[in-house]
Amino acid sequence: MTAPAPPRVVIVGAGPAGIRAAQTLVAAGLAPVVIDEGARAGGQIYRRPPEGFTRPPETLYGPEAPKARDLHAVFDRMVAAGQLHHHPRSSVLAVAGGELHVQSDAGGSRIGYDRLILATGATDRLAPVPGWQNPGVFSLGGVQIALKAQGVALGRRMVLAGSGPLLTLVAAQLLKAGGTVAAVLDTAPLGGQLAAWAGLAARPGLALRGLAMRARLGRLYHAGVSLDRIEADERGPVAIRWRDASGRPRETACDMVGLGWHLRAETHLADLAGCRFAYDETWAQWLPMADRMGRAGNGVYLAGDGLRILGADGAELAGRLAAAACLADLGLPAPDPRADLRRLARLERFARGIARAFPWPADMVRALPDEAVVCRCEGITAGALGDTVEYGGPEANRAKSLGRVGMGRCQGRYCQLAAAELIAARTGDTAARDVGRLRGQAPVRPLLVGAWEKTP
Amino acid sequence: MSGGQGSPAAGGRVVRLAETGRRPVTFFLDGRECVALAGDTVLTAILASTPAVRRSDFGPEGRAGFCLMGACQDCWVWPEQGPRLRSCSTPVAEGMRLLTTPPGDWP
Ligand code: FES
Repeated sequence: MTAPAPPRVVIVGAGPAGIRAAQTLVAAGLAPVVIDEGARAGGQIYRRPPEGFTRPPETLYGPEAPKARDLHAVFDRMVAAGQLHHHPRSSVLAVAGGELHVQSDAGGSRIGYDRLILATGATDRLAPVPGWQNPGVFSLGGVQIALKAQGVALGRRMVLAGSGPLLTLVAAQLLKAGGTVAAVLDTAPLGGQLAAWAGLAARPGLALRGLAMRARLGRLYHAGVSLDRIEADERGPVAIRWRDASGRPRETACDMVGLGWHLRAETHLADLAGCRFAYDETWAQWLPMADRMGRAGNGVYLAGDGLRILGADGAELAGRLAAAACLADLGLPAPDPRADLRRLARLERFARGIARAFPWPADMVRALPDEAVVCRCEGITAGALGDTVEYGGPEANRAKSLGRVGMGRCQGRYCQLAAAELIAARTGDTAARDVGRLRGQAPVRPLLVGAWEKTP
Repeated sequence: MSGGQGSPAAGGRVVRLAETGRRPVTFFLDGRECVALAGDTVLTAILASTPAVRRSDFGPEGRAGFCLMGACQDCWVWPEQGPRLRSCSTPVAEGMRLLTTPPGDWP
């Protein structure tokens, strides 16, 4: 008699959640498959520069350096010991019939699973600003990646705008590295930020660090602004027009604009894997549903910012919890989750405080002029999107098929939330949640392979 | 810092703030010889020499990437041979020949 085959557990994503999930499974004697788009494990916030770069983690990750070092070392040790199967530079394009369709430099392949842990993280949450389609406008996360993973600033005179913890963090990091930041424009009003203090007090140290960082930005930082337009010539931005908290029009010369309003969970794969979704008012977006451990049903587990936007520390906990749930469901000995669950609850209080302090700029989006581009991929304007509501009604998927917003190559990642807001605005006092959720479709990344490439 | 690596004269948008001691790498953009550093992504390499990586397919403006994490697909460029590349997640290599407009046989 041969022993039963060990269960095939696949983890998608090698950020803090994916790494801790892998570690937990390996400790229980399993050898998971880890599929990750990065060349080196770490995820976005603990992203590692390519081989041969010399800045130490202290320079790259500041006070979080010990956490980054530990995560990288834990993962590298498991790879070196052959305890897991690492597929770097690989994208999962589709989930169907218990298989993942994976694309890597070597071509396409299929990887079957018995249990699937999705730790797909988040991207910046974007709101359109007139002129944002110009070259030289980047997401805040992109600006940070350029600095961290490449050692470069994407402009000589940069403006960072939006809201959320990343806004001040990226500004501080750029200044420290010797970049020139012309202004940091926060659409969150100061009053709202203070009102959220109760939630933020769940992690007073972190909250104070954020305030200290902001204080160091001094006169560069403006709260409660609204953004009117990014002026550009063919090379890219030349200035950003904005209004300060008292409504006074201002203009700041710049050659780069970084935009972002906190984070948007990356949920395309959860959608394809059959997860259900619910609209979350705090984070103002659709999030997949799971129990506190991350169980989403059908052998699928969710962890990290792709489930709830708790940040890197929360992702580490959620990764461990999802793996513990997976082990328990397989009938294997699992670590006791109670302490992690308590910590997770505290991090969630803090994270919801952050989300309330730096809200989605619904009013700014609703007031977009008709000529503003909403879909950067295909240049579709707010006016054109509004027209689809006239004959298609206020529903996201219908507006997508009629007006193509959400159909471009980013597959709605950067336009979907704003589009829902605009569709809702067109229909009077509808809320964005009533517009519905754009359904994910495979492939969740464009196919790269030559045979498909040549097809017109 | 020499020409080609993001000085205003070279017309690039990237400013190198750190990690400048890496080995230079030569590549060709629309037939023009450019210099990048080993470990640069194709996106960094191109933006060190010019403000955008290609024209938009749907509007008049250029494209220079947006997310730098493989999510927006704004940063495609074409090698002279073979399928297009996502420049933010492809490392530049010595002698690479890249185009900011699709090669002739493209639809
Ligand atoms: S810049 Fe977004 S995919 Fe490359």
